[in-house]
Amino acid sequence: MANAQPLLSVRGVSKAFLGVSALENVDFTLQAGEVHALLGENGAGKSTLIKIITGAYRRDEGEVLLEGTPIHPRDVVDAQKLGIGTVYQEVNLLTNLTVAENLFLGRQPKRFGLTDVREMNRRSRAILDTYGLDIDVTAPLANFSVAIQQVVAIARAVDISGKVLVLDEPTASLDAHEVEMLFAVVRQLRARGMGIIFISHFLDQVYEIADSITVLRNGRLIDTVPVAGLDRLKLVSMMLGRQLEADIKRTIDPNTAKSEPLVSLRGLGKRGSVDPLDLDIRQGEVVGIAGLLGSGRTETAQLVFGIERADSGTISVGGAPVNMTSPRKAISQGFAFCPEDRKTDGIVGDLSVRENIIFALQAQRGWMRPLSRSEQEALADRYIAALDIRTSDREKPIKFLSGGNQQKVLLARWLATNPRFLILDEPTRGIDVGAHAEIIRLIIDLCERGMALLVISSELGELVGYSSRIIVLRDRKMVSELTGDEISTDHIMKAIASHGATGEAA
Amino acid sequence: MKNSKYLPLLATFVVFVLGYVICISVFPNMLSTRVAGNLLTDNAFLGITAVGMTFVILSGGIDLSVGSVIAFTGVFLSVILRDTSIHPLAAFAIVLVLTTAFGAAMGGVIFFLDMPPFIVTLAGMFLARGISYLLTTESVPITHPFYSTLQEIYIRMPGGGRLTLIAMIMLAVFALGIILAQRTRFGTYVYALGGNLTSAQLMGVPVAKTTIGIYALSGFLAGLSGIVFSLYTSAGYSLAAVGVELDAIAAVVIGGTLLTGGYGFVAGTFLGICIQGLIQTYIVFDGTLSSWWTKIVIGLLLFGFIALQRGLMWMSERSARNMRHASAAAQASGA
Repeated sequence: MANAQPLLSVRGVSKAFLGVSALENVDFTLQAGEVHALLGENGAGKSTLIKIITGAYRRDEGEVLLEGTPIHPRDVVDAQKLGIGTVYQEVNLLTNLTVAENLFLGRQPKRFGLTDVREMNRRSRAILDTYGLDIDVTAPLANFSVAIQQVVAIARAVDISGKVLVLDEPTASLDAHEVEMLFAVVRQLRARGMGIIFISHFLDQVYEIADSITVLRNGRLIDTVPVAGLDRLKLVSMMLGRQLEADIKRTIDPNTAKSEPLVSLRGLGKRGSVDPLDLDIRQGEVVGIAGLLGSGRTETAQLVFGIERADSGTISVGGAPVNMTSPRKAISQGFAFCPEDRKTDGIVGDLSVRENIIFALQAQRGWMRPLSRSEQEALADRYIAALDIRTSDREKPIKFLSGGNQQKVLLARWLATNPRFLILDEPTRGIDVGAHAEIIRLIIDLCERGMALLVISSELGELVGYSSRIIVLRDRKMVSELTGDEISTDHIMKAIASHGATGEAA
Repeated sequence: MKNSKYLPLLATFVVFVLGYVICISVFPNMLSTRVAGNLLTDNAFLGITAVGMTFVILSGGIDLSVGSVIAFTGVFLSVILRDTSIHPLAAFAIVLVLTTAFGAAMGGVIFFLDMPPFIVTLAGMFLARGISYLLTTESVPITHPFYSTLQEIYIRMPGGGRLTLIAMIMLAVFALGIILAQRTRFGTYVYALGGNLTSAQLMGVPVAKTTIGIYALSGFLAGLSGIVFSLYTSAGYSLAAVGVELDAIAAVVIGGTLLTGGYGFVAGTFLGICIQGLIQTYIVFDGTLSSWWTKIVIGLLLFGFIALQRGLMWMSERSARNMRHASAAAQASGA
């Protein structure tokens, strides 16, 4: 197998965006009849590599060979014609068209110049039959579950392209049954000799379906290894990068652990999103949430803040149960939430720093009681000074600020509401080193002033540095809670890598 | 249960039948081919442009320029037939080329400049109306003998009703429109654009060509509608057909097409036109009602249909969610 000509081979590919390197000299080899998992955390370069292979991006350097021939796909459609098909997480089909129309869009069989619907339906049934799928092909795709839509998308991709199939997080919104059904299809395609690139954040699934694994980190190739015999801990440390330096930890006042919890979650969960979990958060405490991307970290925060509604369990604040039905409700309880993706969920780019800061407070007061201009200015100036937000002017549109300063404005927005409980999702992502340290100092400072914090971060060293306790999530389950001396990057990684779906702790 | 997408169409059909039954029970004379023939003739121009509007709305767009384009066509024809000796057929060809190009240009602006169709066609609306004024501000009669010839072509239906040439043209446009929407790649692409633009692009739909094609089609049909309107009124007037674009949109929506695009049928638009015609006919028969009642009833129907569509969407979303686990389990055990 190894000495056969590879189906797809990527040699020394690099790609930079506006001078920032996203992919550096990466090699990747896919054999025919192989499921090859591509792993890495956010910003590792997975999606950039996939987009280069599927024609969505042009590479800056390097070459891509398909069956030994160099290819230069102009766009996604061009790559499809060459034999490389892609199925995305949010199925990119048209739910308003029928199953058959989706399979044959752009290449409908014709008779007398018009679409031969009967022939199209017949052929669609024949194609889906090979996947063991017996559905009404004349019904709109919207009538079917996401899993079936995935299979239809795969069937289309295979029928058009037929050599390489890229599955980009295909299982992210499927339940266990559906995943099994999808994997049966993937195994069948592997047996037919297709090369399949599988991207997933679920390590159990990777171990179940993949033959080999390529790990990327910070745009560089870490290694390509066969799955058989690969140690999970080794895999996780390849993905996260081993911190060699000793963990720096904050000294924690032992008395806080004994006080009454401010927020307590009991069996809080939502089907298909997060399994029920228990958690107490006390004043003056930072609870860290660790886990790989897609492990349910953000989903947990969204349940607590009422963005998603839990279908089981309770939240109590100061001992009294609260029905957390909306973010408004959460805000009225003194909660605040800085989301992960500040570009889409946080900042309003064209508005000024001042306007972005007063947002949440104004929303809390209601539009009937507007903050006066001088109050707004005083507030903005106070936080610009307090958080050291680097802006030439409080009226400057926030989009012109650096990532770190935008993050501080978002923090200021929530601090202005004077919260008791602050949730931070990836507060240090995509910001420079200096701002990084300031945000961490701010977290510790807020905590010492008695605020309760829940912080989600991929930076394990950082999480270990400021957390009083850390909970570890894996595959949408809480698998471990680390306290005191247990808090270390080592323990976190072991918990993430721990094997088995029954949820035993590390 | 098979296809909930036919439900709005069915609802429109039921409304039409109910309306007709009410009309007949009040005025038994309305059950005649004469009434039917007049209804088709009176609404021919609206029907033709509504077919174009159906394609535009199915693709998720809107075309506000059609009323002005109809007026422009009438004015252009009346002026050119008055001032030159050109044959009306040649004039028809010229004006159709002009309106099609006008539509294509708007489609091009919408796609290449990534502008909302609402704004682009609003500009088109002012532009076409303005050019009509530029040609003439008066109502210019068309006296060419060929016009009289065309106006006298009709098929006598049993019962004495007349199916005029312009009614036939409208029926033909609907028939061709249905085939174009349901049985050609272009038609599927139109639905694809209305369904999800990003997905359509990723699946290889030629978005530029299709967008331009849709607005060119709407421009062509607005031109054809203008020709029919000039045959109907024997004149060109720059103030004519004001608000026709809104009547056309109303017919499309009452016909069960979703304003956000992706769902609907050309045949539904025909029913929408018939319902509007029916209300007008009722008012004519009654004789005491103000013609504004047409607008009031149309307004109420529009509200009703928008509510119906919302309800259907909500129901199908819910059933899809409920189906999810059941069907997945069934598939897993079947696979």
